Amino acid sequence: MADKKTLTFLLMDAPFENARTTTALRLIDIAARRGYDINVFAYEGAVYLPLAAQAKHANAVHGTDAAEEDHPLPREWVEAVMQEAARNGGKLDWVNCGLCVDERGATESVAGVRRGSPADFWKMASTSDNVLVIPTR
Amino acid sequence: MADYLLIESRDPFESAEVGGFLDLAEGLAKEGSGVTLFLVQNAVMTARHGARPTVPHNGRVLSLAALATNGVRVLADSFSLQERGISPNRLIAGVTVAPLSAVVDQMAAGCKALWH
Repeated sequence: MADKKTLTFLLMDAPFENARTTTALRLIDIAARRGYDINVFAYEGAVYLPLAAQAKHANAVHGTDAAEEDHPLPREWVEAVMQEAARNGGKLDWVNCGLCVDERGATESVAGVRRGSPADFWKMASTSDNVLVIPTR
Repeated sequence: MADYLLIESRDPFESAEVGGFLDLAEGLAKEGSGVTLFLVQNAVMTARHGARPTVPHNGRVLSLAALATNGVRVLADSFSLQERGISPNRLIAGVTVAPLSAVVDQMAAGCKALWH
């Protein structure tokens, strides 16, 4: 693809807390559908986004079981954008900040997520066409 | 002269910092840069026809119409508008409805991107 781009996103928000997570993954999804190469550096609470242990749950207030509740899980969104990128000839390199992982015990992530350091973000930024940092407030 | 993409996610009713961000957009445009201000999430509340973000407690907030007049391209995320039940036909003059893909377009074009 002649106009294939590489975009880097830095995410900081933990899942289930803010619309920024949804917007960030929407942006990544759009880039994935275009076949771009995408780098994601997950920092601080964002290392929980691909946490493998995320599970759907029942909701006693709604009177629904886990299947009926069909709770959205960010780890599934992460897997979906990775698959979307691959399907369109791109790749998504997701790096979780190792120190942030250790602090939070977020060691088990979905397949395709690797451990790194802020130096990886610097390398990503240096080799990308553009970078967007989405900070917490 | 660089082109800039400023992404505003907050509305001035929840964050006094929004005024500074809009000032930045205006300042960059006045210096001759191409500036796109993309409103997403609660920031689209500012684009409602009749919204008055220049209320006394937030007097530094510029109007979006004034920004557009001063050369800033002001876009509002269609999904965020829909989520909040804001009709695209009831927006402040100078605000254009756009999909989120406009952000990726601008990033791919090399605009310097800044999120607030």
